[in-house]
Amino acid sequence: MTPAKVLLHPLAKPVVFALGLLPFAWLFYGAATNNLGANPAEHLERSLGDWTLRFLCMTLAVTPLRVIVRAPALARFRRMLGLFMFFYAALHLLAYSWFDMGFDFDQIARDIPKRPFILVGFSAFVLLVPLAATSFNRAVKALGARRWQALHRLVYVIAGLAILHFYWMRAGKHNFAEVAVYAAILAVLLGWRLAQALQKPRAPMPMGAGLRRQPIRQRSR
Amino acid sequence: MLIKRNDDGFIHPLASEITPPHVYHGRRELLKALAAGAAGPVLAGWAARDALAQVQRPGKLAPLAAVRSTVPGAVTMEKVTSYKDATTYNNFYEFGTDKEDPAANAHTLKTSPWSVEVEGLVKKPARYALEDLFKLSAQEERIYRLRCVEGWSMVIPWIGYSLSKLIEKVQPQGNAKFVEFTTLADPNMMPGVRSRVLDWPYVEGLRMDEAMHPLTLLTFGMYGEVLPNQNGAPVRVVIPWKYGFKSAKSLVRIRFTDRQPATAWNKAAPNEYGFYSNVNPNVDHPRWSQATERRIGEDGLFAKRRKTLMFNGYEAQVGQLYAGMDLKKNF
Repeated sequence: MTPAKVLLHPLAKPVVFALGLLPFAWLFYGAATNNLGANPAEHLERSLGDWTLRFLCMTLAVTPLRVIVRAPALARFRRMLGLFMFFYAALHLLAYSWFDMGFDFDQIARDIPKRPFILVGFSAFVLLVPLAATSFNRAVKALGARRWQALHRLVYVIAGLAILHFYWMRAGKHNFAEVAVYAAILAVLLGWRLAQALQKPRAPMPMGAGLRRQPIRQRSR
Repeated sequence: MLIKRNDDGFIHPLASEITPPHVYHGRRELLKALAAGAAGPVLAGWAARDALAQVQRPGKLAPLAAVRSTVPGAVTMEKVTSYKDATTYNNFYEFGTDKEDPAANAHTLKTSPWSVEVEGLVKKPARYALEDLFKLSAQEERIYRLRCVEGWSMVIPWIGYSLSKLIEKVQPQGNAKFVEFTTLADPNMMPGVRSRVLDWPYVEGLRMDEAMHPLTLLTFGMYGEVLPNQNGAPVRVVIPWKYGFKSAKSLVRIRFTDRQPATAWNKAAPNEYGFYSNVNPNVDHPRWSQATERRIGEDGLFAKRRKTLMFNGYEAQVGQLYAGMDLKKNF
C-alpha cells in the first residue's frame, strides 16, 4: 500500500481515534488502580496539560506536513486531532476544578483572575470552545469557509497562550527544558505559516476548512 | 474577648505520655513477674519494648536508635506517611527537577566520609566528622508535619537532635544574627548541579532565634534508619513550621553570620520565595493559594484538600518568634 492509500484507508480514522484515546485510557487506568505515584492529582493535571500541548502541536503540524510531503490526505485527520486537543484541555481544566478546587466555583472564580498563569490557561480554553463548537461540517457551511477560517486562526493565539501558561507554570522553578522543546516546535509550525504568507501575500490559505466536500486545493509552490 | 483554648485538635498529649496498649494490657504479667522475683530480666525486656519507636522500620538502610522526643510539639499523633511515598516523591534539585529524579539518581551520592564545617562568627569553629557530629547529643525521634510550598504535605518520623545543642557547643559570638546552611554541590555525584536551575550550591538560612528553637532539628535519620540519599543524607536540618525547601539537605557547611543569608530560592524568585517562608495559609504564593494542602497518600483523588494550619500547626510553639512582625511583608 502506498502512503496515500494508508491515509485514505477506511480504517485510518478509527485507528487514529483509538490512538488519541490511549493517553486518556492509560491515565484512567492508572487512577483506577492507584498507580500514578505519590500525588495522583498532580500527575493527572500535568499529564492532561502535556497531552493538550502535544495534540496542539500535532494539529498545527498537519498543514505544513501535508504541503511539504505533498500528502493531501493528511488533512482528513486535522479536525480529529484538534478535537482531541479540546478533549484533553477540557479534562485538564476539569482536573484543576475538581482535584485542586473541589468544584468550589466561588474559589475558582477568585483564583482565575488572581493568578496570571491560570488566567492565561483559562483564556486559551475559552478561545478553544468556539473552535470545537464549529468543527462540524454544517457549521462550516453556515459560517462560510472564509469566516470559518478566520475564526479558526484563533488557534495561533491559543498556541501562544498555551505556551505562556506552561512557561509561567515552570518559571518559578526555573525549569525551562520542556517549555523550550514545545516552544521550539510551535515556533517552527507557526513560522512556516508566516513564511508562506509572506511569500504569497494575498493568496487564499491552502485548506479552506478541511472539508471533505470541497476539493482540496494543493498550494502550488 | 478571644479565649484561646488548647483543645483545638492540634495540641496533643506527648506520645511518650500515653501508655501503649500492649504495655497497659501487660501490666498483670509485670505484676506476676515481680511477684515471682523475676523482675530484673523481665523488666529489661519490657523497658526495651517501650523504648522502641512506634514507627515500623522499613528495613532498607542501617537502623538508627532513638528515644521519643519530649520537646513540646515534637511528636504529632497524625498518621505517618508511607516510607515509599516519603522516599520516592522528593524535591532535591541537585538530582533532577522531577519528583522521581532524586530516588532514581541519588545513589551516586557518597556520604562516607563526610564532614560538616561549622564556621563564621563562633568562638569554637570546627570541622566535624559526621561520626562526631552524630554523637554530640542524644538522638531523638520526632514526628513532624512537612508542608511543601507546592501545596502538598507529609508526616515524617525524623531522627536527630535540636540544632541548638550544636550551636551551644560552638558558642556564637554576640554579633552572630543568622545561621546559613550549605548543601553539597558536587557535579560528579549530583547530576542536577550541571543544570542551571538554581545558583549552586543550595544555601538556606535561619534567624538565630529560629535556629535555636528546640523544634529545629539537626537530622540524621528517618523511619528508624539513617537518611536515604534522596532525603538529604547524611545530615540535614528540618524546620517543621516552614515550607520544606527551608530544610536544607546534605549539609557540608553551617556558618554563623551577622547578615541575612542570600538563600537559593529567594535569589531565584524573590517575589515567590521569601527568606522566612513560614507556612502561612493567609499569604498566597503568587501562582497558587496556600490555604489548603493535599496530604500525600491519604487524601484521595476526590477528597477535598485539607486546610493548611498557621505555622504548619506549630503556632503554639513558634508563634512568639514572629510577634509583631508583618508576615505578609516578611513572607
